[in-house]
Amino acid sequence: MKQKCQVCGERAVIHITQIEEEGAASQLHFCYRHAQDYLKESDNPSSSPASGSSEEEGVPETSVACPVCGMTFAKFRETGRLGCPNDYEIFRTELKPLLENIHGNLRHVGKVPKRLPIDARRQTELIKLRQEIQQAVAIEDYERAALLRDQIDSLEKEEKRPSE
Amino acid sequence: MDLNDLAPRNGEWLRGDGSDADIVISSRVRLARNLADFPFCSRADEAQRRDIENKLRTSIGDVHGDQSLIFFDVGRLDDLDRQFLVERQLISRELASGQGSRSVAIAPREDVSLMVNEEDHLRLQVLHSGYSVRQCWETVNKLDDLVEERVTFAFSEEFGYLTACPTNVGTGMRASVMLHLPALSMTKQIDRVFRALQKIQLAVRGLYGEGSQASGDFYQISNNITLGKTEDAIISNIEVVVPTIVNYERTARRSLIKENKQTLHDRVSRAYGILQAAQTISSEETMALLSSVRMGVNLNLIDDVRIDLINDLFIHTQPAHLQKLEGRPLEGEDRNIARASYLRKRLSEIHRTKPPTDSQAN
Ligand SMILES: [Zn+2]
Ligand SMILES: [Zn+2]
Repeated sequence: MKQKCQVCGERAVIHITQIEEEGAASQLHFCYRHAQDYLKESDNPSSSPASGSSEEEGVPETSVACPVCGMTFAKFRETGRLGCPNDYEIFRTELKPLLENIHGNLRHVGKVPKRLPIDARRQTELIKLRQEIQQAVAIEDYERAALLRDQIDSLEKEEKRPSE
Repeated sequence: MDLNDLAPRNGEWLRGDGSDADIVISSRVRLARNLADFPFCSRADEAQRRDIENKLRTSIGDVHGDQSLIFFDVGRLDDLDRQFLVERQLISRELASGQGSRSVAIAPREDVSLMVNEEDHLRLQVLHSGYSVRQCWETVNKLDDLVEERVTFAFSEEFGYLTACPTNVGTGMRASVMLHLPALSMTKQIDRVFRALQKIQLAVRGLYGEGSQASGDFYQISNNITLGKTEDAIISNIEVVVPTIVNYERTARRSLIKENKQTLHDRVSRAYGILQAAQTISSEETMALLSSVRMGVNLNLIDDVRIDLINDLFIHTQPAHLQKLEGRPLEGEDRNIARASYLRKRLSEIHRTKPPTDSQAN
């Protein structure tokens, strides 16, 4: 029962309950790109949809891929799912207007875990190594996969040490 | 424990008690969490998904105190079992229809469900009967603390808990309350309620979540915003709204009684009559009629049915439940005939002084 974007037919990831002036509630379904367009329009009713494209110039879409998981922003737009925690860093410029649209806020004020990642670099290193294993196994380079597995194990052991 | 053992029983959330239980069916809070040292599910291959499962399984196994959790390997369940868990609100449609290694850990009372490898690595859900959304938050928060003692979650000071979809980032929290609003639907005042909700950034969905119609006049109200508000503020927002909607519904019921008692009584009695006598009946019609009967019981227009039986029937007449209870696959018209016969049986049992097999007592 997956909903499709009503503009382009891609998988919809944003669902909006629209209330008509007098009528019933209607459901709108959009992919990220078209949700952004839609929200922009409804925030600013005077601008026609066609003029929307000029506003995009301010934020050129990056073709950068996340060095940790290989995700690109174009791919994110297509699927609506990010690839790893590091994507919030890599695509920060592109994500901020999106987060602002969805949440109206940009800063977390809620619960903070008692155990913060001790060293964020070590966490991303682990993800990177895991992705490399995935590739090594895909080309049947099991020697390299075993080597990577050892590296992961030793990093995980460091992670478990309470403090240094 | 086997899934078939669950079928004739009912989850805690359908017990039909708790405050305002005539209108507030259940309350739920779920948290989305991801391990800091793994890619999100969409970028994880099968080997990584299994690593995630193993890691989480050892970390969540005993977080629920003396009530040990029951694990189900959702990837290995057949379609019927997966649908069954969706109908009981124990797993999401997304987990049911997903790919690869994924699982769920369920508390025997069915008030806790921990989904692994859904959209996020871990989804913690607490579900209670009646209006108890703050209690749900307190329980799920404690579970989260316990899991957190064993694993490191992806978190940034700026964006909070990092989730696969930016719509959940921050608290990762979705708090929702399921309401039964037949009088507001009947009197077409429900739109006004929706409009008010939208202004304060709450979403309205049907019984089985996004996209599903509000069948049986059940509406789920939940927060849209997860970033830039504290968990407490999100809960408070819902706590402000729910009593207001409950009052609207009560007022609508009162005025129906006052102005149209005969019409209302007739509608409720006919609904009850059809459910007791039909030879074939669709799921939709069943939901609509049960909704009328449920309101009728709450307004004392019907006095020989208990509300927990009606709550029961809403779930037990769903396709997967029906097939489990009948113990055979049922398609199309066969299913409608079986549903009608099941309804007749359950509704006639109440006229016997002592039901011989009252497995519903929980
Ligand atoms: Zn689209
Ligand atoms: Zn990434």
